[in-house]
Amino acid sequence: MELTVESLVFLLFSLITLGGALMVVTTRNLFHAALFLMLSLFGVAGLFALLTAPFLAGIQVVVYIGAIAILIIFAIMLTPQVTAVRPTNSQWIAGVVVAVVLFALLVSIVTPLMSELGVEGWSAVFTEKNPPPVPADSMARLGEAFVDPQGYMLPFEVASVLLMAALVGAVMLVRPARGAEDEAPQAGAQE
Amino acid sequence: MFGPGESSTIIECTANTTCTTLHAIGTSLLLFIVLLTGFAYMTLWERRLIAWFQARIGPNRAGPAGLLQPVADGIKLIFKEDVTPRNAERVIFWLAPLIKMVPTILVVAVIPFGPPITVPWFDGKWYRMTQGLTDPNIGVLWILGITSIGIYGIVLAGWASNNKYAVLGGLRSSAQMISYELSMGLAVVVPVLLAGSMRVGDIINAQNNPPILGWYVFQNPLAAAILFIALLAEVNRAPFDMPEAEQELTAGYHTEYSGMKFALFYLAEYIGMITVSLIGAAFYLGGYHFIWVDRFPLLGPLVFAVKVFLLLSGMVWIRATLPRIRYDRLMMLGWKVMLPLAMAAVAWTAVAVFLAEQVGKELTAVFAIIALVIFFAGAQWWLSRAGRKTPLEPGAGRIETVSLSEQARGR
Repeated sequence: MELTVESLVFLLFSLITLGGALMVVTTRNLFHAALFLMLSLFGVAGLFALLTAPFLAGIQVVVYIGAIAILIIFAIMLTPQVTAVRPTNSQWIAGVVVAVVLFALLVSIVTPLMSELGVEGWSAVFTEKNPPPVPADSMARLGEAFVDPQGYMLPFEVASVLLMAALVGAVMLVRPARGAEDEAPQAGAQE
Repeated sequence: MFGPGESSTIIECTANTTCTTLHAIGTSLLLFIVLLTGFAYMTLWERRLIAWFQARIGPNRAGPAGLLQPVADGIKLIFKEDVTPRNAERVIFWLAPLIKMVPTILVVAVIPFGPPITVPWFDGKWYRMTQGLTDPNIGVLWILGITSIGIYGIVLAGWASNNKYAVLGGLRSSAQMISYELSMGLAVVVPVLLAGSMRVGDIINAQNNPPILGWYVFQNPLAAAILFIALLAEVNRAPFDMPEAEQELTAGYHTEYSGMKFALFYLAEYIGMITVSLIGAAFYLGGYHFIWVDRFPLLGPLVFAVKVFLLLSGMVWIRATLPRIRYDRLMMLGWKVMLPLAMAAVAWTAVAVFLAEQVGKELTAVFAIIALVIFFAGAQWWLSRAGRKTPLEPGAGRIETVSLSEQARGR
C-alpha cells in the first residue's frame, strides 16, 4: 500500500477503532470500557467520513456516540461496583466463534475471495481498480431506497416494528402493577 | 460602493489551494477571537442585566461601566489553586473540561455568517469567498452530533470527581440532555423539510423568500418554540439548570473543579449559549438575512450578531424571571409535552410541504397563517388553564412536608 496522507489517516482511524475495541473487552473497569467503546465508535465514524460517506459518519456520531454510548454510561453510573468486574464469563467461547464467523462472512463479501474459489454471485467484486460507484446525491438515494417497495422498505419497516415492540416492552416492565397505581407516586415522594 | 471594478478578475476561493488554506486559518482565528470575546462580555452583560432585573447595580467598578470586569475575573481564575481530589480519576478529571468545551466551539464551523464576499488581495485579483468556515451538506447532522458529544464532558466530570454531588449532577444532566435532544432533533427536522437541504447555508437562504416574512418562525412557530426550549435545556440554562442546582447538589458536576478547569466549564457554558443562539437564529430567524444584506454582504455578520444578542438577552431574561423547574416536571415536560408537540409540528410541516408541491407555493403561506393562529390560540388556552390550576399546586408539596415532620418525630 502506498503511503499517502489518506492511507495514513485510514491507519490512524483503524488503530483507534481496533485499539478501542480491544480495550473495551480487556479493561476491568466497566466505565473505562464504555469510554473505549465510544472511542472505537468514533473511529468508525472517521472511517465513514474517509469513504466519502459523510451522512453515515454524522449518523454514526448522533446515534451511536450521542445516544447509545451515553445510555450505556448512564446505566453504568447507576450501577454500584463498576471497577472490579471480571472481563470474561462462561460464554466467551461462543462469543469468539460468532465473531470469527461474522468476520469471515464480511471478508468473503467485500473481497473477491469467493469468486476466485469458484462460487459465483456471492461476493461484491470490488477491487482497487474496480471500486463501487458513489452517486453524487447518495443521501437522497439512501432516503428513497428506504421508502421504495423495490428497495429496502420491508427491512426498514420491520426494524421500526422491532423498535416499537422494544419501546412498549420497556414501558410494560416499569408500569406499576394493577391496583398499586395509587400507592406508587406516594412511595416515590417519600424517598 | 467599494467593490471589484469591471476589468478586475474574480477568482473563486475554492478553486485556489492557497486561498482555501488562508481562508480556513483566518476564519478560524477570527471565530475563535470573536467567540472568546463574546464569552467574556456575555458574562459581564448577564451580571449587569440580572442586576437591573433585580433592581441592583451590578459590577461597575473595574474600568468604565465595569468593562474590565472580565479581565479581572480571568486574572483571578488563573492565579487560583488548581485542586485535584485525591481519589479522582486523574486522566478523565483532566479531560472532562476539554470534552465539554471543544464541541461547543466546533459547532460554529458549519454556520455561514453572511453572503459570499469578494476580497482584494496583493496580486491585484479579487477572491470570492464565503463568510464562515465551511458549509458542508451535512451541516445539520454535524450540529446535532457535535452537541451530543458535549454531554460526555459533564458526565465524565461528574464521575471522575469521585463525589456524590458531582455524580448526581452528571446523571441528572445526561438524563435531561438525552430527553431534550429528541425534541431538539425533531424541531430541527422542520427547517430541513422546508428548505429541502441539510446545508445550513441553504436553510438560511431559503428563509429570504420573501424577506423577514419568510423566516421559518412564522412558518412553524410551534417548532421554533420547542427548539428554543430544547436548546435552553441543552446548555443547562435556567430554568433547566438542574445539573448544577446549588440548593440540592452544591455545584453539581463541577463541584470539585477549581481554577482554570472551572473556568473552562464556565467558558463552555457561555460559548454554548452563543452557539445555540446562532443555531436558533440560523434555523428559524432567517440567519443573516434582514433587509439590504443582499446588497451589502458585510452587513450579514452584523445582522446575525444582533439576532444572537437578542436571543442571549432573552435567555438572561428567562433566568431572571422563571424559578428552577422541579426534576420530575422537567422529565414530564420533555417526554409528555414537548416530544408529542414536536412530532405534531413535524407532521404539520410535512403535510404543508407535500401539498405545496402538489398545488403551488402560495399554499405554504396559508399553512403558515393557520399555524400562527393555532399557535397563539393554543398558547392562550394553555396559559389561562395553567393560571387557574396554580392555586391547587402547593398541596403536592404539603404531603412531603408532613411525611418529613413525621419522620422527625421518630415514626
